Amino acid sequence: MNAKQLGKRLLQIVVVLIGISFFTFILTYLAPGDPVRIMYSASGTIPSEEVLDATREEMGLNDPVLVQYGRWLSGCLHGDFGTSYSNHKPVVQLLLARLWPTIKLALTSLVIMLAISVPFGMLAAVYKNSPIDYLVRGFTFLGVSMPNFWVGLLLLYYVALQWGLLPVVSTGSGFKKVILPAITLAFAMAAKYTRQVRTAVLEELNQDYVTGARARGIKESVILWKHVFPNALLPLITMLGLSLGSLLGGTAVVEVIFTYQGLGNLAVSAITSYDYPLIQGYVLWIALIYMVINLLVDLSYNLIDPRMREKR
Amino acid sequence: MQGFVTFIKKNKQFTVFAILAILVILVAVLAPVIAPQDPYASELKNALQAPSSEHWFGTDKLGRDIFSRVIYGARTSLTSALLLVVIIFVLGTLLGILAGYFGGWVDMVIMRISDMMVSFPGMVLAIAVAGILGASTKNAVIAIAAVSWTKYARLARSLVLKIRHKDYVYAAVVTGSKTGYILYKYMLPNVMTTLIVTAATDIGSMMLELAGLSFLGFGAQAPTAEWGLMLNEGRAYMQYAPWMMLYPGLAILIVVVVFNLLGDSLRDVLDVRDE
Repeated sequence: MNAKQLGKRLLQIVVVLIGISFFTFILTYLAPGDPVRIMYSASGTIPSEEVLDATREEMGLNDPVLVQYGRWLSGCLHGDFGTSYSNHKPVVQLLLARLWPTIKLALTSLVIMLAISVPFGMLAAVYKNSPIDYLVRGFTFLGVSMPNFWVGLLLLYYVALQWGLLPVVSTGSGFKKVILPAITLAFAMAAKYTRQVRTAVLEELNQDYVTGARARGIKESVILWKHVFPNALLPLITMLGLSLGSLLGGTAVVEVIFTYQGLGNLAVSAITSYDYPLIQGYVLWIALIYMVINLLVDLSYNLIDPRMREKR
Repeated sequence: MQGFVTFIKKNKQFTVFAILAILVILVAVLAPVIAPQDPYASELKNALQAPSSEHWFGTDKLGRDIFSRVIYGARTSLTSALLLVVIIFVLGTLLGILAGYFGGWVDMVIMRISDMMVSFPGMVLAIAVAGILGASTKNAVIAIAAVSWTKYARLARSLVLKIRHKDYVYAAVVTGSKTGYILYKYMLPNVMTTLIVTAATDIGSMMLELAGLSFLGFGAQAPTAEWGLMLNEGRAYMQYAPWMMLYPGLAILIVVVVFNLLGDSLRDVLDVRDE
């Protein structure tokens, strides 16, 4: 990727962010429910109509939508994403507190996923159309068809409740708390990646350089690990970037099951309590993180794959 | 009839999965006949009973028969998932064909919106949309449709672009064919097979996403018999009544497996390569 392409990508990110932020802003604006009333009822008081009106005026909720949007956007650019309706803390502070637990969960599940899918994918590819291959493929099929929240519930029931191996509620910190949610997330992903590894390795095994290496009498294991493996990994890197991005945003279901205090859980409670500033902040953050990760992945190709550098 | 028999003989795998899928649909259609009890009839003195000969899958917190609820759940899940796939299929294909055929600003607007959706984890937006619109099955379908149509639009557009500048298309234009006629007679048939295969393989994952939203409480609402919602209800009673979360999950798994297999074998039958 050269400087011009990079500039184009950055511009695209800005455009998408503005689009996404506008979309969520309009959506929350049109949503039923009066934020001021919700705010007061969250603190347990029912104020008079005059107080409500005064608060609306003070919060700028009587201004036209576009004015409100502009004000919010310029606040965001200055690092101020507003104040949460439900617990009156700055949105940034709330999101930051939850960011690390979610990153930890996402990274742990990626590691577990790779530990499963790389060896099994390679096995299935090397022993193509053997019983091992069929077994692995059968499991991957089951894996992609299983709802991840059901996997989570089953793990919770057996591992935590029946066998008492791990804590039921994943609050607080500590490695034990992250294991079950991470395995749940890794489960469906592992199925998808095992297939990908298998396909990628098979594709590489059919290349001429493999035939050449075999003809020169190089050991099969050397061909596999020194030549095929690095090449097969390349297409996986893009996928890993995408997965990390969607893991950061898509862990809501799993976080809710294990009462894990991450971003997804925060978002779900923000939605159920009509905490609009928090929802908007969350969506914008996830969009930003997701796109930055994808950009970094594309940039990393320059470092990893020498062929990409030669093309320029 | 002869052709039908040869088709079955040639595509045994597809036939088996098609029959299984039809069976699933039949279960949904014939739910009132199959279900031994009213899925909504609660009898509190029978609450949280373990599976027995009377209640095959046990009873839930209100004493409702879980087997009957699972059977009725097939109706909710199938209709909403199929409806969802039809919506994104029609919307995506239409917009994709328009974008590909006309190019210019039509293309730009449609593709920029679709870029926006692609560069963003869809489930996050779906949760936000479903939550803000208010929780209901309809809104869950709208939310997922809003973030999923772009895949079809992109596919349809790229397929249309492949034939857009062929001679026979220009010939049709020159000989005065109406634009609508060209779109319908030349563009649509060219994109159909690939998109139908995509739609068929999507049924399973759409079902999972809908169940996920319901599980979070942003989809079907109580007392609807819906698998995701039933799992959510079962979660609270896991310790005392694990059957409440076991069977609805199993039902989702089976139906999703059947439709995934059907989609994959349809791909083989129509011989479309993964693009």
